[in-house]
Amino acid sequence: MAFLKNYIKEVFSAVRSSLKGMGLTGYYALHHKKEKITQQYPDNRDELILPERFRGEVVMLHDENNEHACTGCTACELACPNATIKIITKFDITPEGKKKKALDTFVYHLELCTMCNLCIEACPTDAIKMAQTFEHSVFDRNKLTKVLNKPGSKIKEGIE
Amino acid sequence: MGWSLENISHFIDSWLYNEFDPTIARLIEFLIIAVCVIGLFAVLGLVLILMERKVSAWMQVRLGPNRVGPGGMFQTVADTLKLIVKEGMTPLNVDKFLFNLAPFIVMIVSMVVLAPLMFAKNFQIWDINIGILFITAVSSVSVIGILMAGWASNNKYSLLGAMRSGAQIVSYELSAGLSVLCIVVLTGSLRISDIINSQANGWWLFKGHIPVIIAFVIFIIAVTAETNRAPFDLAEAESELTAGFHTEYSGMKFALFFLAEYVNVFIVCAIGATIFLGGWMPLHIGNWNGFNHAMDYIPSFLWFFGKTFLLIFVIMWFRWTFPRLRIDQLLNLEWKYLLPISMFNLLLVTVIAILKWHF
Repeated sequence: MAFLKNYIKEVFSAVRSSLKGMGLTGYYALHHKKEKITQQYPDNRDELILPERFRGEVVMLHDENNEHACTGCTACELACPNATIKIITKFDITPEGKKKKALDTFVYHLELCTMCNLCIEACPTDAIKMAQTFEHSVFDRNKLTKVLNKPGSKIKEGIE
Repeated sequence: MGWSLENISHFIDSWLYNEFDPTIARLIEFLIIAVCVIGLFAVLGLVLILMERKVSAWMQVRLGPNRVGPGGMFQTVADTLKLIVKEGMTPLNVDKFLFNLAPFIVMIVSMVVLAPLMFAKNFQIWDINIGILFITAVSSVSVIGILMAGWASNNKYSLLGAMRSGAQIVSYELSAGLSVLCIVVLTGSLRISDIINSQANGWWLFKGHIPVIIAFVIFIIAVTAETNRAPFDLAEAESELTAGFHTEYSGMKFALFFLAEYVNVFIVCAIGATIFLGGWMPLHIGNWNGFNHAMDYIPSFLWFFGKTFLLIFVIMWFRWTFPRLRIDQLLNLEWKYLLPISMFNLLLVTVIAILKWHF
């Protein structure tokens, strides 16, 4: 008798769980307009909504005075697992007449970058961040090697 | 004279017999039927595959085909055109005769099963007195086509898929047959037209109490397995066997297998709609005369196709809800659950039929 009881219980629980699953998919089928998450990308290029944490490429932040926060410490270059970043430094002369290390050129190889975010985490002054642009295709590979600091830019006051 | 399918077929029939010698008239009728069946198959293939893609997309919160034509309507037409122009390749080491024969066997079986189905009021290819027996007998021949394809392909995936398919179809035919038998017991006839006429005052699903509902559920599960569809698609199990028995097929020969799968789904759903949901019989509720009259105005072929497509939607719903069963789970489900339940259920239905407890 216990066997029969178990058997019937199994059949009923199977039916119940099957109906539960079908209920969910049935709900989706009826409400597919409301629930759909697909973005029809080339059509909605203007109103495209990307997730907050989407990582497209590394950019350097510049303020309105064309000043960035990069000290040229090369922490990002060291953090990069596949040599995407190459930092060329120079020596500035401070008003006191001392020599100070500063950024000359921030070379970024987009073609090598895996968007791993390690350089952003390594940066002590939050000078670089991940942008959400993703349409990177070009006809010439050289165009993927970018210089991130804008020409004529210099470091902000007070950033060590 | 109204323009129902019954009248049109009668008109063509009498005109042919008046104009020609009976033998030639009969041959011309065969030809017309063949063209109609092939046309139906082509349309069904296009419609059902599009329907499957749309239903699956909606259930998975996707969009589905939406580029070719309005709302993606012509997607399957474009796919078929692509398949037609593709090369029908026969691999080097296959058994060429069997390899090329298999898709046609699968296809022809589906065509033959179509014969006793009643598509509208008195509109049927062949009113045979053993209709249901004919359908259950012939539909099991398709496993020969599948085994043939798997064996001739000379490929271990194909062979495994074909063997699984054989085990599966042979086992699930039992419970499908027993569920069909429930209605045969209640009706007392194997003829499709008798079965439909017995449902004039209500469909068997409503007239036969809980045992018929159980039989209906078992029938739907068993035919899903019989047509090799997910969650019972072990015969093609993409993730394990690439494509199972049709791994080596390409071009139009692959398309025939694909088409046969969908046409088989249509056929089993049509059988389900005929024996459980009253075929072309409109929905009548007791003494609601106004409602019943309104229902009678809907043409009978619309009733038939509406019910059939409802069942097809349910089978698609299964496919996009449940994960694939393992082979032991599959056989457990059949031999330990469905078969005992349907045997016991048949006993209950027989008692109901003898004591006339049904409405």
